[in-house]
Amino acid sequence: MIKAILIFNNHGKPRLSKFYEHYSEDTEQQIIRETFHLVSKRDENVCNFLEGGILIGGSDNKLIYRHYATLYFVFCVDSSESELGILDLIQVFVETLDKCFENVCELDLIFHVDKVHNILGEMVMGGMVLETNMNEIITQVDSQNKMEKSEYPVTAQGFIPRASCSKLAGLMLKEPLLSVSYVWPSVIPVTFEQLSSHIYIN
Amino acid sequence: MALKIVKGSIDRMFDKNLQDLVRGIRNHKEDEAKYISTCIDEIKSELKQDNIAVKANAVCKLTYLQMLGYDVSWAAFNIVEVMSSSKFTFKRIGYLAASQCFHEGTDVIMLTTNQIRKDLSSPNQYDTGVALTGLSCFVTPDLARDLANDIMTLMSHTKPYIRKKAVLIMYKVFLKYPESLRPAFPRLKEKLEDPDPGVQSAAVNVICELARRNPKNYLSLAPLFFKLMTSSTNNWVLIKIIKLFGALTPLEPRLGKKLIEPLTNLIHSTSAMSLLYECVNTVIAVLISLSSGMPNHSASIQLCVQKLRILIEDSDQNLKYLGLLAMSKILKTHPKSVQSHKDLILQCLDDKDESIRLRALDLLYGMVSKKNLMEIVKKLMLHVDKAEGTTYRDELLTKIIDICSQSNYQYITNFEWYISILVELTRLEGTRHGHLIASQMLDVAIRVKAIRGFAVAQMATLLDNAHLLTGNTQRNGICEVLYAAAWICGEFSEHLEDPKQTLEAMLRPKVATLPGHIQAVYVQNAAKLFATVLRNQEGAPEAAQETSQLMIERLPLFVQSANLEVQERASCILQLVKYIQKLQQKDVEVAEEVTALFAGELNPVAPKAQKKVPIPDGLDLDAWINEPPSESESEDEKPKAVFAREEPKHTRTRHTEVDEKELAKRREARKQEQANNPFYIKASPSSQKVYQDAPGVEHIPVVQIDLSVPLKVPDQYVKMEEERRQKDNDKKKKEKKRKRDKRGRGKHADSGPESEEDITPAQQVDIMTEEMPENALPSDDDDKDPNDPHKALDIDLDKPLADSEQLVARTHRSAEVLKSPGGDGDGETITPEPKKKTRKDKKEKKKVKDKERTRSAEDKKNKKKHKHDPEEEEAKIEEAITLVNAEEAQPAAAADLDFWLTTDAAPSSAQEAVAATIPEVPIEAEPSEVKEAEPEEMKSKHKKKKPKKEKEEMEREKKKKKKRHHHHRSDREETESVQNGTMEEEEEEPLPPMSNYCLLAENDYIKMIKQEKDKVYDIQGNLQDGSQVVVSIIFQNKSSSVLKSMEFNVLDSLNSKLERPEGATPHDALTVPFQLPPDVSNEARFVFAVQSIVMPQKLKGTLTFIVKSDDSATHEKLDFKLHFTCTSYLITTPCYSDAYAKLLESGDLKSSSLKLEGVTMPFHHSLARICFHHHFSVVERVDSCASMYSRSIQGHHVCLLVKTADETVSIDAKCDELMLLENVLDEIKQTFSQS
Repeated sequence: MIKAILIFNNHGKPRLSKFYEHYSEDTEQQIIRETFHLVSKRDENVCNFLEGGILIGGSDNKLIYRHYATLYFVFCVDSSESELGILDLIQVFVETLDKCFENVCELDLIFHVDKVHNILGEMVMGGMVLETNMNEIITQVDSQNKMEKSEYPVTAQGFIPRASCSKLAGLMLKEPLLSVSYVWPSVIPVTFEQLSSHIYIN
Repeated sequence: MALKIVKGSIDRMFDKNLQDLVRGIRNHKEDEAKYISTCIDEIKSELKQDNIAVKANAVCKLTYLQMLGYDVSWAAFNIVEVMSSSKFTFKRIGYLAASQCFHEGTDVIMLTTNQIRKDLSSPNQYDTGVALTGLSCFVTPDLARDLANDIMTLMSHTKPYIRKKAVLIMYKVFLKYPESLRPAFPRLKEKLEDPDPGVQSAAVNVICELARRNPKNYLSLAPLFFKLMTSSTNNWVLIKIIKLFGALTPLEPRLGKKLIEPLTNLIHSTSAMSLLYECVNTVIAVLISLSSGMPNHSASIQLCVQKLRILIEDSDQNLKYLGLLAMSKILKTHPKSVQSHKDLILQCLDDKDESIRLRALDLLYGMVSKKNLMEIVKKLMLHVDKAEGTTYRDELLTKIIDICSQSNYQYITNFEWYISILVELTRLEGTRHGHLIASQMLDVAIRVKAIRGFAVAQMATLLDNAHLLTGNTQRNGICEVLYAAAWICGEFSEHLEDPKQTLEAMLRPKVATLPGHIQAVYVQNAAKLFATVLRNQEGAPEAAQETSQLMIERLPLFVQSANLEVQERASCILQLVKYIQKLQQKDVEVAEEVTALFAGELNPVAPKAQKKVPIPDGLDLDAWINEPPSESESEDEKPKAVFAREEPKHTRTRHTEVDEKELAKRREARKQEQANNPFYIKASPSSQKVYQDAPGVEHIPVVQIDLSVPLKVPDQYVKMEEERRQKDNDKKKKEKKRKRDKRGRGKHADSGPESEEDITPAQQVDIMTEEMPENALPSDDDDKDPNDPHKALDIDLDKPLADSEQLVARTHRSAEVLKSPGGDGDGETITPEPKKKTRKDKKEKKKVKDKERTRSAEDKKNKKKHKHDPEEEEAKIEEAITLVNAEEAQPAAAADLDFWLTTDAAPSSAQEAVAATIPEVPIEAEPSEVKEAEPEEMKSKHKKKKPKKEKEEMEREKKKKKKRHHHHRSDREETESVQNGTMEEEEEEPLPPMSNYCLLAENDYIKMIKQEKDKVYDIQGNLQDGSQVVVSIIFQNKSSSVLKSMEFNVLDSLNSKLERPEGATPHDALTVPFQLPPDVSNEARFVFAVQSIVMPQKLKGTLTFIVKSDDSATHEKLDFKLHFTCTSYLITTPCYSDAYAKLLESGDLKSSSLKLEGVTMPFHHSLARICFHHHFSVVERVDSCASMYSRSIQGHHVCLLVKTADETVSIDAKCDELMLLENVLDEIKQTFSQS
């Protein structure tokens, strides 16, 4: 089971939080803070597992995370999940986001957390992995967006409002999560080239 | 607002959409909270509007604020409103909000039931999908109960998109509403073979999650999963299945054997690291479950270790980490295979990744041996020096202590070395684990008597240099070691070289800066030291007075302490010293009396000892003790307790003599006394004195140790130890050589590295075992969480569904049901029911027929005027009922599984199953006088009276030499066989002795012997219990020590379960109700509940016990396998030839046959053999032909027709259960092949 999925940036600002067990808002914030504290002090080239699951129900849990450019994607899972499988699931998630948002960057997650939730909902449901096939996920997300558009053409904006935010956003926020084209000095993003050696499931 | 009106468009009604809100928050970084509170006000007003679009927008913003930590539960009702919008766009927003903030405590949640049901049956698959996704996050028991049926229907939806979601959400439904599991399970199982891979994967996911919590209920699915595993190519699914098998194998070792091969193939073939890793993990689980006696699996272990080594050597840190993690699992059962990779593990200690270093440390813990402990610790000490950052260093410190102290300091050969390591560790500044080091020092000093002299010397040096440790004020955790140092120096002050100097060190003014509890120990132990100094200075009154003066000068510092404890002790002792000084001035010898203050010794007590003291019979702890006391309390009780030391012998004998009642009475009296005495805490015996009562202190050998050893770095000890070992070794080699020379046989000299056994400890240190009360209660598992929601899902899934369990279909919603897109509404849930019923009916009818037949046969029997008590008649009927029930489902499933698991093992029996009809038995009307075999119980009772005889019998088992002792026994067997056979055989040669005992297991200490025949059918056995089998086991003590606390445990299989007392879990061991003095044997009986008897069963079990000799107690264990043959389920039952003929005629019996060639024994021997070993009775015998009968405990009839010709015995057999028959025949064959 997946107990929680957290996305926060290099400063610990939450960009998405999904808890599959109920916690009060305060506890949730505390979990996010402590998870950030644990994850952020780790170097780039160390393993992606952390046995810090005390925050969410017991020692059976593990934190499995990946760091993309400015964002940390953290999954808190119990022992029934394959560690390497979850790492790949995170990769599938980010690649799906990349497809849906076209070169996804932190900014997309900031302004469209609802859409990220919808995508996540097609991948993980109630803490269990629902779908791992990226094309299938994208198909379902797309047809739902189409439905939304037909119902309500104005609110259902496309996925690219980035231009309108550009005045506000710093460069860093627009750093694509999956790319080699732009390298932020302090953070080395995981590149596709590097990634291919980090795929475990196939 | 004006702007809004100008724009006029309904879409621009929103003051802000989500993007505006986010942007706004980003623009108000300084006063974020204030800005958000104005936004919330806006949202509140938006929610009041009627426009659903406005509301949805507001809810969307609330979801975002919820993520930032704002409580939005006040808007729950509005969320429900948005959820019920007919527009998908809004619905989705509503469900998302609900999934983020609804929970079981949300009261409006009950309003959603109908809305959700409507969405679930919506023609739009995305409405359904979004409802399912939302529901998966906030499902409550009520929702689960009300919607279970709707969701179950969706599991058969035409769209795979819905199917997979419905399947997945079922897990959540089960958790909240466990009653739905059984009705829904068949369909869930169906989905394992769904054409859509997504649905299949979801079903695997759910079942794996269920099985992980209650694996035994899912064993019967193993064949299906096995099929999936060998056919699926989806790695996600494979990983789940392989993980599931990892959870199942501990329950069924045969499964493990079956898995090894495909898993090994996968390991070789897959390129996916995740799959490889999970395969290795499951193979490890299999190997653990098979750990005993499977020699041919060393290849698998090697493969695993080898693959893991590749992972660990990979540059990918993730693989490295997981490799180490899996390695630690192998370590537990196969330490040798891991130990050869020590180099690699040590290398990982240098890794830059802390997680990996910690994993490697974990592994080291299991890899130490007597030989390499020092080397490993030395390496770790180097790391301690290098480690920056206190967390990792602290971790290293605790690991060093863990490694050294594990299993009662098993690997420490030189405690001087260990003490110096501990002293070395005190140099770590800023560690949090000072108390850990301190407790180790205390533990070693108290429990290893031989080391005390050395320890005291080291501690004295520590106290002398205390200023080095306390440099960094009180926050420094390391000063805790001074607590231990002060106590050790005080308690064992007789070992001190210069107690006066230590006393001075302890009374330095600087001490006052230490934490209060340490100061308190200082003060108390200064007093102890003072006593020792006085004793040493006997005859030198001036020096003694000087010492007193020193105390009087220094103690006032502590009297002023702010710490209550310090102050109290100090002022007490100060007054005492002043008084002593007065006496000294009068030239009174005080040393003796002062020393008496601290007389006595400590004995370690196991940490849980108190908890484990059993409550004596008849003592009700809740009963009212304190009725108004009428009699004066017994005054003489108290001094006895306080001065127990003066009469240790007396107390010890009392231990054994005092019976429970007396004890209870005394305890009661004491309690009363205590209750009436406001100071009873002081009056009760001090713990120090209580320890004195316990035996064992005297047995600790005291070894003299050179006290002049100065504090040195550990290296020196390592060298010293190495030199010592070298010497030892040389000596041993010489001795060996001498021996060899004497023998004159030039075997290979063992020039290899010194083995574990070659290392003798430096000191003959006997670590005192921690004391436990007599008859300590078995450990209670506190680790089980009673609130675990998965407990409720421990449901037997193989039982047939009862009508009451069907999920209720809501018929009054028929309109909606019709809309159901699946097309297969509630109708389908009901249809299987009648089908099942008809099948059941048929079966029942058949059984009734059967029953009638048996009855009619029996009626006839009765008519034959034989004394048949009506009870047996009743039992028969009950049996028949049991049979009906037993056959229905569960044992069938179990049998299926059994068959699947054993298909490799038993193809031969299948080949032998050549259909054969039993020819008409030649019947002579006259029924022979056949008596039922002597009841088994009587036999065993008989034996119990003659333990000596029994022992001899066991010995015969081993050697078969002392035949002459067994006249009695074989005589009896002979008569038995005569009774079974026909009378005329008497002149034939006597039968060889036969025994129904078989050796179960044995080791150096104990031998377990099973009496095969002994079984009792529980007539009261109710429908679900099946049958019970009683196994008598004789425990024979072969050692010269007392064996006690024997615990018998068996790993239950699906089919056979050890009957445990109520409330015990299936993993609890049964306590054998006796102890075994040397060379004594005794018999214990264990009851097993057996479901299906058609297959033989093998149960693995373990006997754990404590070998208690004069000076030591060790835990031992003995593994054994209990083999329930099918024969053992048969009861020797007489049958009359006419009833027998009827039975054969009925045609309900299935037949099989067996041919045994090369049987040279006389025919009556063969018959006796079958009678004796397989519990048959002879119905009739004519020349070289005999008919035999037996009945199983579940009422199967087994008929044999045995014929012999030319050294060939052919057996035609009939039985109403073919599987049972074939197994019995197999066993008969084995009996003959053994001879």
